[in-house]
Amino acid sequence: MGKKVLVLAEVRDGELRNVSYEAIRAAKEIASDGEIVAAIVGAGVQSLAEPLIHYGADRVLVAEDEKLKNYTSDGYFQALLQIVDAEKPEGIVFGHTALGKDLSPRLAARLQAGLVSDITSLEKVGENVVFTRPIYSGKAFEKKTITDGIVFVTVRPNNIQPLEKDENRSGEVTPFSVEIKDLRTIVKEVVRKASTGVDLSEAKIIVSGGRGVKSAEGFKPLQELADVLSAAVGASRGACDANYCDYSLQIGQTGKVVTPDLYIACGISGAIQHLAGMSNSKVIVAINKDPEASIFQVADYGIVGDLFEVVPLLTEEFKKVLVKS
Amino acid sequence: MNIFVILKRTFDTEEKISINNGKISEDSAEFIINPYDEYAVEEAIVLRDQHGGEVTVVTVGSEEAEKELRTALAMGADKAVLISNEDLDSQDQFTTSSILATYFKEQEFDLILGGNVAIDNGTGQVGPRLAELLNIPYVTTITSIKIDGSTVSIDRDVEGDVEKIETSLPLLVTAQQGLNEPRYPSLPGIMKAKKKPLETLELDDLDIDEDDVEAKTKTVEVFLPPKKDAGKILSGEIASQVKELVSLLRTEAKVI
Ligand SMILES: Cc1cc2nc3c(=O)[nH]c(=O)nc-3n(C[C@H](O)[C@H](O)[C@H](O)COP(=O)(O)OP(=O)(O)OC[C@H]3O[C@@H](n4cnc5c(N)ncnc54)[C@H](O)[C@@H]3O)c2cc1C
Repeated sequence: MGKKVLVLAEVRDGELRNVSYEAIRAAKEIASDGEIVAAIVGAGVQSLAEPLIHYGADRVLVAEDEKLKNYTSDGYFQALLQIVDAEKPEGIVFGHTALGKDLSPRLAARLQAGLVSDITSLEKVGENVVFTRPIYSGKAFEKKTITDGIVFVTVRPNNIQPLEKDENRSGEVTPFSVEIKDLRTIVKEVVRKASTGVDLSEAKIIVSGGRGVKSAEGFKPLQELADVLSAAVGASRGACDANYCDYSLQIGQTGKVVTPDLYIACGISGAIQHLAGMSNSKVIVAINKDPEASIFQVADYGIVGDLFEVVPLLTEEFKKVLVKS
Repeated sequence: MNIFVILKRTFDTEEKISINNGKISEDSAEFIINPYDEYAVEEAIVLRDQHGGEVTVVTVGSEEAEKELRTALAMGADKAVLISNEDLDSQDQFTTSSILATYFKEQEFDLILGGNVAIDNGTGQVGPRLAELLNIPYVTTITSIKIDGSTVSIDRDVEGDVEKIETSLPLLVTAQQGLNEPRYPSLPGIMKAKKKPLETLELDDLDIDEDDVEAKTKTVEVFLPPKKDAGKILSGEIASQVKELVSLLRTEAKVI
């Protein structure tokens, strides 16, 4: 009845990414009463394993090798394939992150498996699990099932609620020895551009600026608001194209897709390609001096006004109320 | 150098989506080359001009995709191949990559380029799946590629960070925004494209049995996101609007 499901936990900057816990939750649904095995791959990651148990994994396998220090498709693929061969899971769950997007199709191809990418929810319908995912950049959704073989999915960050953390849960953490042969692609260097601090795709609050911000300098008040809210700063392509900020901040059809609890759009008109990246945010606030701007059509709350007046006032107001509470 | 581009015909990014008979309605929709695949076409042309050789664009799809293939030829690609699969009612990324792999096993190729994701289905699976089936390395979401002999240096976008990667040919890469600025087809380009070779292949021509490439996944429902209620546009003095907004976010929306 129950299925054994393998979850690939993901590490970034020496920490587990939240999406790992969200993936465990999805795995739980797929497994029914089956076993959840989490795998953690890298170099020097052994100490990170424990929380995976607290969030619902039954066992954790730690696959370490110097060659796995940086992610490469070849290195991780070999590790995962050896784990899959040993464990023979009936289900596999990855995060739909840069790593998950790169690796999951290759593993699915090798296993001759169907793969449902980028799911935002899942439900049990009889014996089947039905997965929901956005299509046409969030303009529509589809429900999918996997009809044959391993059930393999990737979960979009910030959409599936992890299980309650339970520090009393216990489970085995065991090293899994892998043999990593030659890598055909080599990472020579990683140039950090994404702002340190809050990761856009996992941020609960995003303060986002558009061409209305008018200059690189103009992002300062947005950053100050973001700091008060522990939020990440994002941008429209308009702002990136105008060189006000780095493309790593771009949200939309050709940028990042985000699902925060709160999205504050400042000086963004609301072009359909921008909406594609953020329209599923739980609450949207728009600040724009043009009352006709289309961003107001998707906003839950809107202020028609000059962002350079509104945003600093907002920062002050949040400072006040957040200190009190 | 033998350069191939795999491309897909997709809805224009401006299109609104409606559903008819449980399917996305294609009536009166405008179609384009998937924007990420367009970067791939542009890069293929630039690399051919630097290193010599030929660019072949390949699509798996309906006969209508001929229009997008002609656009790629007008941009400067040399040849096009349309692998027709209209009759398949059960297809997914497993299907498409299996068909492409069968085609490529008969070709001599140095480099295959594609988009990192198609903006309709949004899975990004076909590129990496194809590379695995062909047993060649791949790099996804690239923003720069330089080829020197058989050494290939690549910048890869990883959620905003840049990985500097070294690898070798044969290779498959998928394009990310920022790789280049795709050219518009010129008028002479469009005239020439009409005479460039465009070959149509049926699955039979590739000796593919439909059952062997049958989809592993099934779409059971397609729906539109629930319509949002009209939001609240605040009014009054800006300072009091700000106070009201903060209070609404705390008490009504409960997100702070
Ligand atoms: C294939 C394709 C893909 C694309 N992908 C993306 C994508 O991923 N992401 C994306 O964002 N865009 C994307 N675009 C671009 C998109 O169409 C828009 O051009 C872009 O989103 C506009 O950015 P903007 O809203 O910042 O600029 P604008 O449309 O110029 O809007 C600026 C807004 O700021 C307001 N404003 C000005 N000054 C102030 C002020 N002082 N206070 C308050 N408000 C002010 C104005 O009223 C206006 O509404 C894509 C386009 C194409 C064709």
